[in-house]
Amino acid sequence: MIWTLMIIAGIITFLMRYSLIAIIKPESLSVTTKKVLTYVPSAVFPAIIFPAVFLNKNQSLQFNTYEVYAFILALIVGYFTKNTILTIATGLVSYWFLSYIL
Amino acid sequence: MYQSISTSMKSKIFFQGIQDVLTLLIPVIPFGIIYGVLGLELGLEPWAVIASSFIIFGGASQLAFVQLFSVGTSPYIILGSVGAINSRHLLYGAVCSQYFNKLTNGWKILLSYLLTDQAFAVSLPYIKKNKNFRYHLLGSGFTLWFFWQISTVCGVLLGNIVPPELGLSFAIPITFLSLLVKELNKIDHVIVMMVSGLVSLLLFNFPLKIYIILSALIALSVAYFLIKNFKRFAK
Repeated sequence: MIWTLMIIAGIITFLMRYSLIAIIKPESLSVTTKKVLTYVPSAVFPAIIFPAVFLNKNQSLQFNTYEVYAFILALIVGYFTKNTILTIATGLVSYWFLSYIL
Repeated sequence: MYQSISTSMKSKIFFQGIQDVLTLLIPVIPFGIIYGVLGLELGLEPWAVIASSFIIFGGASQLAFVQLFSVGTSPYIILGSVGAINSRHLLYGAVCSQYFNKLTNGWKILLSYLLTDQAFAVSLPYIKKNKNFRYHLLGSGFTLWFFWQISTVCGVLLGNIVPPELGLSFAIPITFLSLLVKELNKIDHVIVMMVSGLVSLLLFNFPLKIYIILSALIALSVAYFLIKNFKRFAK
């Protein structure tokens, strides 16, 4: 039972990744569609980020937490440096600092 | 059409992909370990937990899979949930389809299997600019795959060796933030991000974790609106 389900789940996941790569011919995409697709990371990742930062375990909004402060610091550093590693380092180090040193 | 490139060039691009993805492993490894531990706690066979990382290869959807399976949820709900959580990959596929068309089907299959959020985000700038992007995506995708498998096995064999005090679940949103920093000075992208983020908070309680793809589609509609109505965004 679990193996059948797992294999189907694997096929579904693979097809989510593969199907459009296999089907779409680039020349069939309009200029507008291609332009809209440049926004995909900006449209998907915040939906992963926001609930993880701004919702607590009871799924209600939280603003006065170490996560939110560390997130804002990382956001500021990211904005000014455009540097992936510095952004992650700022977020994690400031979170640890706020949680365990302050 | 394939231009031939030297093996040393291929490995140079492959290692560039590995290097570019390394920092993103910070949440991947502890999450993989925690996943392995949780899978056992929920009553799955060790082999089933390990195999799920290989067969499904998508962290959030695997978590949903084992959680729903362990409480005896209907197969349709389990599969629907996996599909809904992973439907965002359709968007990554649409983006990649513009660049993958000259690859052989074997490469398309291999790179699709490795096309996770992080690999997509890390390799996308390279994919857009370089014809030999497949080695970059292979490097980033394989690295993520390798450490995801290893960390799942570690979780299953060694138990919970990640101290919860490290707060590494917070590393997930932070690494995704780091993948967006290059767009933070573009007002159109910031609008799209805000729409996506705010909608995700509103729709978070919708069933099957469908809020991710819904937020993304609403944010892309806003992007379409911006392109159509403001000439400076259309370029």
